[in-house]
Amino acid sequence: MNTSTPLAVGRRSGLRRSAAGCAAVCAVLLFALGSAARAEIQTGDNPEASPIWQKVRASLFQSRPIAIATDEVVSLDVPVRAEDAAIVPISIKTRLPQTAPRHIDKLYVVIDNNPSPISAIFQFTPLSGRADIETRVRIDEYTHVRVIAETSDGQLHMATRFVKAAGGCSAPPGKDAQAALATLGRMKFRIEDEAPGATAGQPAGGQPVLAQLMISHPNNSGLAMDQVSRLFTPPHFVRQVRVTYGGQLVMSADIDFSISENPNFRFYFLPRGDAELKAEVVDSNDLRFESSLKYRRPE
Amino acid sequence: MPGALLANRLRCRQCLLLAWVAATSVAEGASANSAPVAAVTQAAPGVFVHIGALEDWGAANGGDVANTGFVVGSRCVAVIDTGGTPAVGQALRAAVELATPLPVCYVINTHAHPDHLLGNVAFAINPGSDPAPPQFIASARFSRTLAAREPYYRNALQRDFGIALGPAAIIYPTLAVDSALDIDLGDRVLTLQAWPTSHTDNDLSVYDRRTRTLFASDLLFVQHLPVLDGSLRGWVSAMAVLKRLAVATVIPGHGPVSQDWPAVMDAQGDYLNGLLQDTRAAIWNRLTIAQAIDRIGMAPASRGPATNWLLTDRFHRRNVTAAYAELEWEEDEPAKASEPPRP
Repeated sequence: MNTSTPLAVGRRSGLRRSAAGCAAVCAVLLFALGSAARAEIQTGDNPEASPIWQKVRASLFQSRPIAIATDEVVSLDVPVRAEDAAIVPISIKTRLPQTAPRHIDKLYVVIDNNPSPISAIFQFTPLSGRADIETRVRIDEYTHVRVIAETSDGQLHMATRFVKAAGGCSAPPGKDAQAALATLGRMKFRIEDEAPGATAGQPAGGQPVLAQLMISHPNNSGLAMDQVSRLFTPPHFVRQVRVTYGGQLVMSADIDFSISENPNFRFYFLPRGDAELKAEVVDSNDLRFESSLKYRRPE
Repeated sequence: MPGALLANRLRCRQCLLLAWVAATSVAEGASANSAPVAAVTQAAPGVFVHIGALEDWGAANGGDVANTGFVVGSRCVAVIDTGGTPAVGQALRAAVELATPLPVCYVINTHAHPDHLLGNVAFAINPGSDPAPPQFIASARFSRTLAAREPYYRNALQRDFGIALGPAAIIYPTLAVDSALDIDLGDRVLTLQAWPTSHTDNDLSVYDRRTRTLFASDLLFVQHLPVLDGSLRGWVSAMAVLKRLAVATVIPGHGPVSQDWPAVMDAQGDYLNGLLQDTRAAIWNRLTIAQAIDRIGMAPASRGPATNWLLTDRFHRRNVTAAYAELEWEEDEPAKASEPPRP
């Protein structure tokens, strides 16, 4: 993934180049929609024809074949309309068993018409137990949302949904910039399976356990322009999350500001005896945050 | 667009005018000179109100959905909000000029939502012999919020209305209110109050002491479902404070003018408190945000008879989304969570 194109597609290098560079890139993507494109964009017909997807596809997967995913492999659940452009819940469910010989290695989340289309790359291992993920994203524009599952033997499966933009006063930046900065780095980390609303009862031995990680962070895009200096403020967002259990990776996420303010992840891990579940978070200013909890496997 | 870049750099009056003409000519073709006059009524002596459509901001209503108004003193006029497009602002300006020969000395923006502020550019230059532009006033937190959202508002205006705004056509405040400010229009003082995060993080109310008229702006919705874009707990707290004001006439941000103070706030109070309780209950029961959005309905039995709110399809699910994202950070104990901080 070391490709770099002018379109924020090789985003790891693109985003870190400079704030001004990002601003230019984002502005192009946000406002390059001509009237013809505008008409087309509101229907969502022909997901393959999206020019941004074509660029993302070439960058991430070159000419490798991508199958249309069936629910037996991966499914993507997103609302038809982005009610609040700043917080759109998405849920990715996988059905392949996470076995060592063959499992889902990565999930790529692509939101075609976001300023930075490659929104997240999640990595899983056999110790994940199940390669599912739930999170929340920013969606301001009519757009295709895609998840591409990459199996450990190199196959690609894509599920696509079309999401209508919110209207009016709904916008992707957060609700209260001052409050968001005041609690930056705070985390809430918990096991979900005791929950009445979740899987009934305690998980049986050998079954994956659902966990939720909440990170207080403004996850700024840096698109805001200072009205006096006319310069864009630098982006400030969580760029990586790594979760280990007993020191071994169960989930990692490379993300950016397409993920909503206060990034939230729900994912699985496979408990083996008593060990520590640990989350390490790094943001674009190289600030590091950590949270951990002991998990005792039920007898 | 070299002209636009020039306007951006110089920000001179002529350039603002050019930007304005460019914006309106896209919006209305060649008919910029025959701009319509906004319908206004006098809510109290010298207090004029224009009532927007009870609809979502969109091309179908020309962006004319927010209530706007103006107050006339012996020296000059204060305009309170300017509407959802430059053309809506121009129509309001025409209504001001029809009502009084006095110049506009203040334009007050009650918060950084597009339906309330995109008409600002129509007031950027004063005509006549004393063409000093008015002061634009807003909460001290308005500019940062608008700056973060400006690209999206421009995009929505282009996408949904086909209006391309010039670079200088979104006007930022020249005067910021930290907590409270009195402005004198000549024998008439308006009290401006900036609120802790409620409907948005930059709400500002305007109170005319002479007639005890309150421009509550979007701190109060009537008939139009309240829209949460700030803090639910903050909004509930702000309402408790608002209720203690001596108000003869209130102008909500959306919906009709009322003299029924503070009872006119009850429906909104019921909705917001119900939203607060239901969302907290969903979080304590470990529903996910998606489950909460699907399951929290408009009027559960615990919330009494449903008000006939308009636009529930458009905004209720969005409100649950925002409420959940706010309340999931509360401490888990209900006792702690039930006491919102007082402003």
